[in-house]
Amino acid sequence: MSVLTTDNLTMIFGGLTAVDDLNITIEKNEIIGLIGPNGAGKTTAFNMITGVYNPTHGRVRFEEEDITGKRPDQITAHGIARTFQNIRLFKELSVLDNVIIANHIHLRHNLFSAVARTPGYVKEEKRIRERSMDLLAEVGLDSLHEAEAVSLPYGKQRRLEIARALATSPKLLLLDEPAAGMNPQESHELMEFIRQIRTRFDLTILMIEHHMQVVMGVCERIYVLDYGETIAHGSPENIQNDPKVIEAYLGVE
Amino acid sequence: MMTKRQNIMYTLAALVVFAGILFLLDENLGAYPKRIFILAGIYVTLALSLNLINGFTGLFTLGHAGFMAVGAYTCALLTMPPDLKTMNFFLKPIVPFLANVQWPFLPALLMGGVLAGVIGFLIAAPVLRLRDDYLAIATLGFGEIIRIIFTNTQSLTNGALGLKGLPRFTTVWWSWGIAAVTVFFMVNLINSSYGKAFKAIREDEVAAEAMGINLFKHKVISFTIGSVIAGIGGALMGHLLGAIDPLMFRFLMTFNILLIVVLGGIGSITGSVIGAVIVTIVMEALRVLDGTMHLGFMTIAGKPGMRMVIFSALLMAVVILYQKGLMGRNEFTWDGFFQRLHRMSGRKKR
Repeated sequence: MSVLTTDNLTMIFGGLTAVDDLNITIEKNEIIGLIGPNGAGKTTAFNMITGVYNPTHGRVRFEEEDITGKRPDQITAHGIARTFQNIRLFKELSVLDNVIIANHIHLRHNLFSAVARTPGYVKEEKRIRERSMDLLAEVGLDSLHEAEAVSLPYGKQRRLEIARALATSPKLLLLDEPAAGMNPQESHELMEFIRQIRTRFDLTILMIEHHMQVVMGVCERIYVLDYGETIAHGSPENIQNDPKVIEAYLGVE
Repeated sequence: MMTKRQNIMYTLAALVVFAGILFLLDENLGAYPKRIFILAGIYVTLALSLNLINGFTGLFTLGHAGFMAVGAYTCALLTMPPDLKTMNFFLKPIVPFLANVQWPFLPALLMGGVLAGVIGFLIAAPVLRLRDDYLAIATLGFGEIIRIIFTNTQSLTNGALGLKGLPRFTTVWWSWGIAAVTVFFMVNLINSSYGKAFKAIREDEVAAEAMGINLFKHKVISFTIGSVIAGIGGALMGHLLGAIDPLMFRFLMTFNILLIVVLGGIGSITGSVIGAVIVTIVMEALRVLDGTMHLGFMTIAGKPGMRMVIFSALLMAVVILYQKGLMGRNEFTWDGFFQRLHRMSGRKKR
């Protein structure tokens, strides 16, 4: 059973076809890359999968269940979490609060038990706090849990975004350019980190990335988009030698 | 750092002291200062209700006066004795189903809140699809619509004549008691994992939704709770002043509350409390300026409205000095309080 399947997923904005007939299949515990030049439709594909956009046509299936057209929060509840290309943290909240908020779909208490501070609520609150601290420890941010999210350096903000996504207990994690703006050392660490969280949290990962070293180093299969069309698909070695990919990235003589 | 138990002990002690102060003021204040003190308590409640929607959920709404009106009218019509109703409704008799009801204050007050909440809920569904300035304009419109409806439903609200001679139920205890309950409610809500969803929506809607928060549901919840509390605040105000009419609930009323929230700090419970007390007291204290002033060497003739000039100047000074309001988004904590005390005493020694 594949984790994620898209069938002829298409997004048309006015006269522009941003994504055309995207067919991807991801098996459990794979790390898949989605690459392509700027404007190829990668983030649009992410937005369709996570429900931010309603696809013009085509379907998205998650663990064989049709999730097309559901709201983003419902899709998160199904088990898909994401990070954003231009980091979207809850900027003025603390690092810990950022992760605590992502426990929302697992909350068993509601407004009334929260206000009345019922014993069940107090216990759950404690559990959520511990779980969030553990997640922060996982990404090496536990010592900074009281800091304002926006005050973190760029690389740590990226890590916090991943910790926050993990707090929703996803089965599929979508990473939108996780290595953007990282130096070679940091991106090397990131590759290690991605492999680690896959095993640790039993994840399947789909990532958009421009950083070729990262993509080739960590992804098991790669889909290449150009002007919304899927121009290639295969293992990193095949992609590197595919004439169409080279043409899309470098042009032809 | 303080332990949880210490925190609770200090809070309880502070509550006892606060109750003692209320008792002393209630016994010793003259009628006029007491009314202002009661009014300050009501404004605390109102400011908190607006702050929940504007400050914590980030929804810019301006329809608060409308919900206050719903609460005030509901509570008034439920508590007024039947003969007082016949006296008030001399142009057109009151609708029969209200003619003979007379409830005690508490259930009527709660009913005022519930009805304001129902109206808030009904308005929320269409309006909360809008954002920012558009939301502000739409809510402002709904607030005015409520007021216009109240002006024109002669047999239900007595129209422009308003209701007079309401029983003066609102005491120091009612006003500050409800304010304390509201503070308690807000603190517990906002600090819970559930309530943090509201702040998440304020910070980034797209990210909040991606983290599994149902945006629409939470916005509606926030708006409805805010309306309920606004309704209760409106009811308390009606029974303090003893008379209500639709003109009382113009945009200016919303503006006053918004002013308190902005002055105290958008998104700070402590700020709303401090802001409400300061604004209510200063507005009254500056009344001296409206009269003729003798400064010894010269005499300034009384000009009505002079206090508003000074008040506005003071406001501007505060906004320039504290751009995010007096408290920003910070809250009172015992730790912070003792640290400050410590620093102040340290400075004195040197």
